[in-house]
Amino acid sequence: MVASIAFYVLAAATLLSGLAVVMSRNPVHSVLFLIAAFFSAAGLFVLLSAEFLAMLLVVVYVGAVAVLFLFVVMMLDVDFAQLREGFAKYLPLGGVIAGLLAIEMIVVSAAVVTRGAASGVRDVPAPAADATNAEVIGRVLYTDFAFLFQAAGMVLLVSMIGAIVLTLRHRPGVRRQNVHDQVNRTRAQGVSVIGAPTGVGIPDDLPQAARTPAE
Amino acid sequence: MIPASSLAEALGLAAPELILAVSAMLILVGGAFGGRGSSGVASLSAVAALIGAAVAAAWGDQGVAFRGGFIADDMAAFAKAAIYAASAVAVVLGERWLGRAGNAQFEFPVLILIAALGMGMMASAGDLIHLYVGVELHSLALYVLAAFQRDDARSSEAGLKYFVLGALSSGLLLYGASLIYGFAGSVRFDDIARATAALEGEGTGVLFGLVFVICGLAFKVSAAPFHMWTPDVYEGAPLPMVAFFTTAPKMAALVVLARLLYEGFPEAVDQWRQVVLIVALISMAVGAFAGLAQRNLKRLLAYSSISNMGYALLAISAGTAGGIEGLLIFMVLYMVDSLGLFACLIAANRAGRSMENIGDFSGLSRVNMPLAVTVTVLALSIAGIPPMAGFWAKYFFAFQPAIEAGLWGPAAFGLLTGVVAAFYYLRLVKTIWFDPAPGEADVPPLDAKLIAYASAIWAFPVFYVVVSLIEPYAAQAGRSLGLS
Amino acid sequence: MNAFLLEYLPIVIFSGIAIVLGAAFLLAPMVLAPSNPDPEKTSAYECGFNPFEDARLKFDVRFYLVSILFIIFDLEVAFLFPWAVSLMDLPEAAQRFAFWSMMVFLGVLTVGFIYEWKKGALEWE
Repeated sequence: MVASIAFYVLAAATLLSGLAVVMSRNPVHSVLFLIAAFFSAAGLFVLLSAEFLAMLLVVVYVGAVAVLFLFVVMMLDVDFAQLREGFAKYLPLGGVIAGLLAIEMIVVSAAVVTRGAASGVRDVPAPAADATNAEVIGRVLYTDFAFLFQAAGMVLLVSMIGAIVLTLRHRPGVRRQNVHDQVNRTRAQGVSVIGAPTGVGIPDDLPQAARTPAE
Repeated sequence: MIPASSLAEALGLAAPELILAVSAMLILVGGAFGGRGSSGVASLSAVAALIGAAVAAAWGDQGVAFRGGFIADDMAAFAKAAIYAASAVAVVLGERWLGRAGNAQFEFPVLILIAALGMGMMASAGDLIHLYVGVELHSLALYVLAAFQRDDARSSEAGLKYFVLGALSSGLLLYGASLIYGFAGSVRFDDIARATAALEGEGTGVLFGLVFVICGLAFKVSAAPFHMWTPDVYEGAPLPMVAFFTTAPKMAALVVLARLLYEGFPEAVDQWRQVVLIVALISMAVGAFAGLAQRNLKRLLAYSSISNMGYALLAISAGTAGGIEGLLIFMVLYMVDSLGLFACLIAANRAGRSMENIGDFSGLSRVNMPLAVTVTVLALSIAGIPPMAGFWAKYFFAFQPAIEAGLWGPAAFGLLTGVVAAFYYLRLVKTIWFDPAPGEADVPPLDAKLIAYASAIWAFPVFYVVVSLIEPYAAQAGRSLGLS
Repeated sequence: MNAFLLEYLPIVIFSGIAIVLGAAFLLAPMVLAPSNPDPEKTSAYECGFNPFEDARLKFDVRFYLVSILFIIFDLEVAFLFPWAVSLMDLPEAAQRFAFWSMMVFLGVLTVGFIYEWKKGALEWE
């Protein structure tokens, strides 16, 4: 009873914040609503006893991805009001597609009600009583699904390469700190003793290296 | 659970993937230390790795591993060999092209290697999760490749469009996959087959899921009505990347679609055949008629690719072992034609600018005879004019399985759109041979020229020999799914 | 209501209090505080003249690069949790495999780390 109340509250919150993501005028508000949607989805995961996934959703999506979204929204200098002008134009087509999807979902839900989901040959294994969610995942992920696990590593690698290839730029002429050079610097490179005769001062043709200390 | 002793065996089955992944990482580290000058060595090693992986795939052990998620059978071997070979050609074309554009980077061959890795995963996918991870792995690499010329606004736009629509299609795919999992209770194709057989016609949910997965994969192969990204992306992305996009990823997506349909839904042939046929027919029509209005050759080739995907889907819709065989050989012949045509586009320059419009090709026969002959042969081949390879590809390998399965109408429709599409290829040929030349063409770069010549020679006499050699393998691959 | 969900009761109570308090602080000024706005009072104030531009500044693209690299390593760490809690439960042979499986995974990302370090993606200029 309490669980179903919690489900309906969380599901409604997810849907409403999802709607608000699309509808809100200010893109920063959209991101904040997205965070709300992530939180309520995490709550739904908890209701399904998928604790680990729920926490992952909070850590990864709320903690990292949403922050990235905020950066992107701040970074883009886009006139969002102008972007919305196309909204009315595409509304009929979008409405038709949304209607079709809604009908499909109703049909699918009806199928769930009449036959029940997961009615296949292989029953979905019930969560083990003695193990937590993370343990159950860990028992298969690194052995049976090792191939997928390594493929996930490659996906992360390719996203790293992509981010660097597409966005990294080096400005010319920027001086960087080079710890290796700093540590290896000897007295001979840094200090020079110049005899300055009285009344004449330091000669003008002093080598540049001696005049300015190395970086 | 697979005992650890067989986990070592499982790794042996995935030898091509291991070769690709390890060499991609070695090249990445080597390039990071070697700096900008290392792109030539990096590309050479990438080509060697791709050839090694193709050999390992073709002659390696066969079997099933990782809880049925990874299948190494004849079909996977055939598809992987073709995919890796096409990727190797793309590495050569791209490395030289980027070098001329002053943007040679060692990341380029690494990205192609990782894309090839993902496509190989798709070709061997035995469950929905492997399918999805393979799709994501190769797509991410392709998005970066599309935007590789990051200072060119059109290339960036192409990358962004590809990314946004690709993400949408991944969403469709995932939604469908979750519906299938929810109703069938398993992600493995063979379990899904058993579950749908047990549902006995009450599998509405499963079929909805299947339709979504078909839509998602149709996005990836740019079949109509999910083709709207194709012309824009092809027009904006760098030429060698487009040559890559039109070949290997489509092979991978079609093979995995065929495996999903044939292994996962053998009982529901009549249901999914309708969906695949609709997509195939719309693709053929859109490719033929929308291509007529195009003046830009990259856009034209995009529509040409869309209509060819229609033929490939027609072969799949046969639902027989012959359909798989036809699909595999059709795709190999299409990939050679397509790579050759893009190599011609790379080779044809005037005053340092690529000849992108049909008008730029006018009188090519007077300024560069060998190139003109090459373009003509390849255009006639892809138009399906006998005695070129494309004719046999279309009529023998794509249409015949469909006709044998009783799909007369769609095959006839394909014939009709083929005639319409032939018009725009013939217009290109006419421009090359009968129009006056506006000026001298640049000397074509050696790599593109050689690849173009090689594919033209393949498209006319050589393929007769090669097809008879690879045909038994394709037939074996068709039978590997356990169909008659 | 099972015991598992009961463990989350404190979180529910906490968010309930947070929502009620937040709503109260939002609603109280509406009811209690005096409010007589006029256009000049509510407009943005910039030293006596109208604002020239949007107050939002464009961020440098490097923020984005750093945060995407952060997310990648964040996800890598997420994969470590199930490994850490379940490694010792596995049978002997599978345990060894799972251990090396994770080492390879970390190796892949170390390769990426070496790459980005050498490329200078971690330097700010």
